[in-house]
Amino acid sequence: MRESVSIKALLVGAMLAWGGAAQAASLTVGFSQIGSESGWRAAETTVTKAEAKKRGITVKIADAQQKQENQIKAIRSFVAQGVDGILLAPVVATGWDAVLKEARDAKIPVILLDRDIDPAGKDLTLTAVTSDSVEEGRVAGNWLARTVGEKPCNVVELQGTVGASVATNRKKGFDAALASHANLKLVRSQTGDFTRAKGKEVMESFIKAEGGRAICAVYAHNDDMMVGAIQAMKEAGLKPGKDILTVSIDAVPDIFKAIAAGEANATVELTPDMAGPAFDALKAYKDKGTVPPKWIQTESKLYTAADDPLKVYESKKGLGY
Amino acid sequence: MSDTPLLSVRGLSKSFAGHQALAGVDFTLRRGEIHALLGENGAGKSTFIKTLTGIVRRDAGAVWLDGVAIAPRSAEESARAGIATVYQEVGLLPNLTVAQNLFLGREPTRFGLVRGRAMRQRTSERLAEFGLAIDVGAPLGSFPVAVQHLVAIARAVDLSARALILDEPTASLDTHEVTVLFGVMRRLAERGIGIVFVTHFLEQVYAITDRITVLRNGRLVTERETAFFPRLDLVRTMLGHDIAEEEARSETAPRAQRIGAGPPVLRAERLGKVGYLRPVDMTVARGEVVGLAGLLGSGRTETARLLFGAERPDQGRILLDGRPTRIANPRDALRHRLGYCPEERKTDGIVADLTVRENIVLALQARKGPFRPLSRAAQDRITRDFIAKLDIRPPDPERPIGLLSGGNQQKALLARWLATEPRLLILDEPTRGIDVGAHAEIIRLIRSLCDAGLALLVISSELEEIVTYSDRVIVMRDRAQVAELADGAIDVTAILRAIAAEAPAPVPEPA
Amino acid sequence: MRALRAGAPQLLAFLAVLLADRLVAPQFLDVHWQDGRLFGNLVDVFNRGAPVALLSLGMVLVVATGGIDLSVGAVMAIAGAVAASLADTQPLPVVLGAALGTGLLCGLWNGLLVAVLRIQPIVATLILMVAGRGIAQLITEGRIITFASPDLAFLGGGALVGVPMPVVLVLGMLVLTLALVRGTALGLMIEATGGNARASALAGIDTRAVTLAVYAWSGLCAALAGVVAAADILGADANNAGLWLELDAILAVVVAGSSLLGGRFSLWLAVLGAFLIQAMNTGILLSGLPPELNLVVKAAVVLAVLLLQSPRLAGLSLLLRKPS
Repeated sequence: MRESVSIKALLVGAMLAWGGAAQAASLTVGFSQIGSESGWRAAETTVTKAEAKKRGITVKIADAQQKQENQIKAIRSFVAQGVDGILLAPVVATGWDAVLKEARDAKIPVILLDRDIDPAGKDLTLTAVTSDSVEEGRVAGNWLARTVGEKPCNVVELQGTVGASVATNRKKGFDAALASHANLKLVRSQTGDFTRAKGKEVMESFIKAEGGRAICAVYAHNDDMMVGAIQAMKEAGLKPGKDILTVSIDAVPDIFKAIAAGEANATVELTPDMAGPAFDALKAYKDKGTVPPKWIQTESKLYTAADDPLKVYESKKGLGY
Repeated sequence: MSDTPLLSVRGLSKSFAGHQALAGVDFTLRRGEIHALLGENGAGKSTFIKTLTGIVRRDAGAVWLDGVAIAPRSAEESARAGIATVYQEVGLLPNLTVAQNLFLGREPTRFGLVRGRAMRQRTSERLAEFGLAIDVGAPLGSFPVAVQHLVAIARAVDLSARALILDEPTASLDTHEVTVLFGVMRRLAERGIGIVFVTHFLEQVYAITDRITVLRNGRLVTERETAFFPRLDLVRTMLGHDIAEEEARSETAPRAQRIGAGPPVLRAERLGKVGYLRPVDMTVARGEVVGLAGLLGSGRTETARLLFGAERPDQGRILLDGRPTRIANPRDALRHRLGYCPEERKTDGIVADLTVRENIVLALQARKGPFRPLSRAAQDRITRDFIAKLDIRPPDPERPIGLLSGGNQQKALLARWLATEPRLLILDEPTRGIDVGAHAEIIRLIRSLCDAGLALLVISSELEEIVTYSDRVIVMRDRAQVAELADGAIDVTAILRAIAAEAPAPVPEPA
Repeated sequence: MRALRAGAPQLLAFLAVLLADRLVAPQFLDVHWQDGRLFGNLVDVFNRGAPVALLSLGMVLVVATGGIDLSVGAVMAIAGAVAASLADTQPLPVVLGAALGTGLLCGLWNGLLVAVLRIQPIVATLILMVAGRGIAQLITEGRIITFASPDLAFLGGGALVGVPMPVVLVLGMLVLTLALVRGTALGLMIEATGGNARASALAGIDTRAVTLAVYAWSGLCAALAGVVAAADILGADANNAGLWLELDAILAVVVAGSSLLGGRFSLWLAVLGAFLIQAMNTGILLSGLPPELNLVVKAAVVLAVLLLQSPRLAGLSLLLRKPS
């Protein structure tokens, strides 16, 4: 009963907006979230709610608990409820055609968040908002090249899980950035499985294999490994951030604490705010019929000690990381 | 039909690792007869069945079914040829329904789909022939063992079995269930099916079989018609006692003189368990050896297990030194200073990987509990003592016991219990499977233990042996106590007669 | 002496792996004093191998009874989460008590399923292996709980007379476990139960209590390993702490020459097995080989160690030794 009343109210509101009123229409958007398997994803959910509130959008979040069938069910239910748009963080890349067609037939635009699906299904979506993990690696590499300058510098790398596409891409981007700087030499690269414990263990072995003073910088595919590596450096009597430069990716709260303490130098943000640009695109499409580009790339923002890390830490720590 | 027998076996032989388990056995099964296959432990019954049905490959011999030579290589092949076996453990699938079990692997289908209703219908019809009216859609496991047996038999017959082997089907059935089973067996026999019936219950042999084949030590001993095979002869044949031999033996006097038994150590009053052992009464006194005689499966081991708490009795009580005592498990028994050397040395006795020393101190340590360990010096002393006293060879306390010969393992197990200084020791077939020398030693040992004041309850299939050392002999048959023989009356013939007695003898009052 | 002879293949394999490590990394055997503690790759081997060594101390007893405990990795995560979430508000004894108590409860739960309800060990402990990580995630709410307590951190990063605390804890636990099973008759009862449970019960051993006790001990050891792992990274990572370490612990026990069917066991060989695995891991990290090869190299070395122990090869070496 209440549902239908609110939908009617929405329809009235939408019609008013259509009627040329300058004020934004109130949209209802369904969000099929994968789950809450990592701190980043928990933060993404939190940020999505905040971004929706900021824009006066009503967002309905369905947690799929890592299961595609739950996501398909959620999308069907959104279609049945007649929402204005659907955000989908797809758990897998294939198998979406049928349900996306249903959404298209109901004239409900679907926007992919933070992960892509196979090209075949792309025509059925309005756009995809994702980060570019190759770009993240490149930003990290460029920062390092800028910071080191012309001095020779031995770099060690803590890779993500072997075979994970994020790890492959972050390595690719970083390698590309280093390619034009002959003074930067990647001397060791091992997997730290994206975990603190392994990051620490691998860094320990790097320090001993190369000699702590011979390492000039460490690059980690995520901040968690870097947090572990920082401990390893400290326990080896080195000063991370000074004796050895650090740059990692993700921008989770704990790395800002380290940056504030001078123990880490830089991190590249994988923003949890994927929904903000998605909402903007949806609104523009609904209001003005603007068709967004097929890929909206989020900014891979670099943070260093110059960016008031404690403030960033405070703003991020409540997000659920 | 012609005169050719239904099943004809000639010269069937099989040996395992140099041990001749089956030596040239002949066997004939006629159409429509129920044929008992009898023999004591190690006689070769199960090897015979397995070799016949191809579960193990025969070394030599030939098998004809309806005049056609067959050589099945598996139980399935044998069943397809027409010889089906139903074992004591039914071997069907308890979580499937009765109907599914009956039609397992040959479900009636239409367009590739199982016709459930047709299957249930036909199952009901088949079972009705056996006088069985049950819900065929219920899981087999929800029915009593007797019904499961009947379903297994029905399945075998339905698979067009011409010869049916029933391996101890009655071991866990009650009287009524046995009656029902016998009814089914008779009906099948009337239809011309030949049935081989393996059992330990003599009453049943005489109640239903037409002929008897006795095996002993892997050889065919005799084949006679049941009606012309007196019980005493049968028991003698099974145990391997020639009359002449017996008379020669009776010259050797049993234990000469007794110091006179002391006060009773153990007294069992109406101790029993439904479906396991009918109530028994017995006493064992200090310095006394009580022999427990009977055929395999007569209830001897069952008695021992109830006394020792390895099985929980549901009736009667045990008194130790005159006080009623609850023995709920072997730990209780051990605490009350009882000891039990089980019959199955390998599965119930030794821990093969552990050393002789560890095996010997095991029970004593168990009684003391884990937190009062025997010092290594104490362990060594106990082990050395017993190795010397019992002449365990090789005299190496640190050798894994699994590497010792059977006789020496047996001595080590005896040592395990003697180390606990028991007041009553139960020995279940202490001389089984050990060589002649060790055999004599163990008997000498039993005597000396008794002279030292220990109360002993000894189970043995070797009747001469029992006669030699027992002060009294309790005779068991068909899971019940049937006689008790005291001093002067103990001889092999008397025991044989008690085992073979026609009707269940009245249970004598304990002395 | 006897123990040394029994452990000859493992000891040889361990030395061989150390030698191989020395070949790929020339500084491998260098140990020097730095900031009041020993420092060097060799120290890392023992330090990093500590959690698995602790796990294997419990696992070897469980395996000796013929069982297996798949839940130890998950129990690590639970105990780490408990410790990390209390570390900054409670004194260390409370933190340790709560974490170890939780592990003990987990172990008792496993023991109950196996000894009393007679569920097959692999199935019984699989339940906690799956559910346990979920429980840990509930405690941490899916994030990495960090703490600042220097007391707890000391257990991971501190040192006692130069020896890293995790190694000290392994030694302490080894001595304690040795005292508990070899100083009493428990060891004999465990081996008897694993060797032949029926015969042991008939000999008067309370096989049920023995089984319950080994699973409880395994839970306790796992909890201590979890505390060490959390103390090491100054945080509890419920998603990754102890992940797949149950397999390393089983491997350590197998490398120690224990039969998975139960029976004989050796505590110090199990610990040695854990350090052997870590020596391999450290060697791979030092070698500079691409990480894609890590698992292949590890598998090859494990195969070699198991071959060294195989009865046939042992027979061969006996033949070779006889002439002397």
